[in-house]
Amino acid sequence: ATGDKGGRVVIFQREQESKNQPHRRGEYNVYSTFQSHEPEFDYLKSLEIEEKINKIRWLPQQNAAYFLLSTNDKTVKLWKVSERDKRPEGYNLKDEDGRLRDPSMITMLRVPVLRPMDLMVEATPRRVFANAHTYHINSISVNSDYETYMSADDLRINLWNFEITNQSFNIVDIKPANMEELTEVITAAEFHPHHCNTFVYSSSKGTIRLCDMRTSALCDRHAKFFEEPEDPSNRSFFSEIISSISDVKFSHSGRYIMTRDYLTVKVWDLNMENRPIETYQVHDYLRSKLCSLYENDCIFDKFECVWNGSDSVIMTGSYNNFFRMFDRNTKRDVTLEASRENSKPRAILKPRKVCVGGKRRKDEISVDSLDFSKKILHTAWHPAENIIAVAATNNLYIFQDKVN
Amino acid sequence: MLRGRRRMECTLDAQSLISISLRKIHSSRTQRGGIKLHKNLLVSYVLRNARQLYLSERYAELYRRQQHYPDGAPLLAMPACPPPAAAAPPELAVLPLPADTQDREARSCAVVRGGAELLEGPVCAAPPELQRAPCRDSSPGFYRAAGSAGPGGGGGGGSSAAPGLLYAAGCDFGTGGVPHCSSRTTVLDLDTHVVTTVENGYLHQDCCSQCPCCCQPVAGGPPFAPCTKRARFEEYSAEHPQDSSNISNLISIFGSGFTGLVSRQQADSEQPLNGQLCGKQALASLGAWTRAIVAF
Repeated sequence: ATGDKGGRVVIFQREQESKNQPHRRGEYNVYSTFQSHEPEFDYLKSLEIEEKINKIRWLPQQNAAYFLLSTNDKTVKLWKVSERDKRPEGYNLKDEDGRLRDPSMITMLRVPVLRPMDLMVEATPRRVFANAHTYHINSISVNSDYETYMSADDLRINLWNFEITNQSFNIVDIKPANMEELTEVITAAEFHPHHCNTFVYSSSKGTIRLCDMRTSALCDRHAKFFEEPEDPSNRSFFSEIISSISDVKFSHSGRYIMTRDYLTVKVWDLNMENRPIETYQVHDYLRSKLCSLYENDCIFDKFECVWNGSDSVIMTGSYNNFFRMFDRNTKRDVTLEASRENSKPRAILKPRKVCVGGKRRKDEISVDSLDFSKKILHTAWHPAENIIAVAATNNLYIFQDKVN
Repeated sequence: MLRGRRRMECTLDAQSLISISLRKIHSSRTQRGGIKLHKNLLVSYVLRNARQLYLSERYAELYRRQQHYPDGAPLLAMPACPPPAAAAPPELAVLPLPADTQDREARSCAVVRGGAELLEGPVCAAPPELQRAPCRDSSPGFYRAAGSAGPGGGGGGGSSAAPGLLYAAGCDFGTGGVPHCSSRTTVLDLDTHVVTTVENGYLHQDCCSQCPCCCQPVAGGPPFAPCTKRARFEEYSAEHPQDSSNISNLISIFGSGFTGLVSRQQADSEQPLNGQLCGKQALASLGAWTRAIVAF
């Protein structure tokens, strides 16, 4: 599912394998499109609320319908996406157009039957969770109990029950009594994949806190605190900005967490709080360009990061429509590009390279030639297979492993 | 927004970073969706870092200048005790000037700080490494003139300093000798837009234009004359065209309502915590400088 700035959600579905067209296996096509959020105006505060979708999270499938959560800055909505491929025919009291019949004109009774129809996919909002966030929502995360989920804004995290929309529990509140003392905000939050009492949230200061909801109702005190000491030799005007964590993700195993800040991706072991176990440079060549990136606001871009199904490879986006993959076992990494020119169907992606200085080899791109308006902030990896989705501005690219 | 490709020019000038940051804060107020707390917090960090560098550069330069003029030139001090936390509400920019220089003792740092808080607050709220010992001078004349000029000129000069200057003036030769207040203050003159920063020493500033005595060696003409002050300003500006004009540009962005805005109280934290308001409050943690911008 993709969400855009206009508040629309587009769901893609993979084509089923078919004997007639074996080569089309694995292709994704649009399944459903709906308007999730509309622009709103908060009259009390004279603020416009953007309809831009900030996050989408799928719920685990429990019946034929699909459920997902989508959120903008202020409101979370639960959508049900279901298929209708049959319709009832033969009502007694109304005709095919739906108009009511005059009962006195009915001379016989029949049992309505279901007849097949063209597949229709309908999306209906089942729940609207509103008015619980004063600040801008940046994360939502579905709990492993499938009954609750949390939503996080800059200063607070709320716990919801899917069935109850007029109440939520506040489980984290880092708002200082005196706002002048504000030094950090919450940037991302996620539930543990197996332990429904555990979640983590990251901050703008580059720290991660792990909380256990069993300890107290308000999880202001963390159970674990993950922070890497700053390298003083790298200190600059922008040290605070580039250390702000933009995304945090548990590994599927639940043993590790991965964080993304502006220049690096880090993997942390839950059992070691004083430093990450792995650090990967995404685009360190930007370190000397931070001033320009600050001027053009690119330094505030929030990149996400993802694990593959087996937690052996991690992926994140960069600029110039590049995205990077890091193999944790072999320590190899690759830079790939999501662009129309390079992505003819079934073509194999060629690794790209950014040259940092000195002589530029053929096929390399120099840092100054990078297009910073083409950024890949959102990527996704299929939980079981090597299929990835990469969002590049207006286009969604779906790549898969070479099929023999 | 960067479109296409262009060379990545990098200018690490503290001053331009300050102006860029303030511009970002200012434009974020009109952005759709309200002020983004996170982004403004990050911008405030850059602002703070740049300000620290900017001020330390200024101090270093002033110190160098003082080295060149150890005794001779009339200098002005601006000793001020480190104020309490920046939470103190800003006061009116234009202060009534104490006519009596004997009031010096009575003048507390807080009083003179009111109008000067525009730039002073952040300085004194600076991190410990920049903070200096509290003012040791028992008589905190805001401006002093030390130097070879005769006595008595100071007292008179102080009392008649022009309004619009953000100081409680006191040209004081009485104590003579070397000032030993070691705190630092920055003051913005709303009329001439001259920024004055003093650390260990004194800085020759407009106050001298009020003191006939100390004006003699430097500029002719009667004191209080606007042209004299302007001459000062231009002379100063000529030396540091970048500094004054940039700062004055920043202040003039916010127009004539600046002084009135400075006096607005910091919003009550109990008020609805919308993104806009809290963005302001987050910024206020930087001190009065950004608070003034935010209040606008």
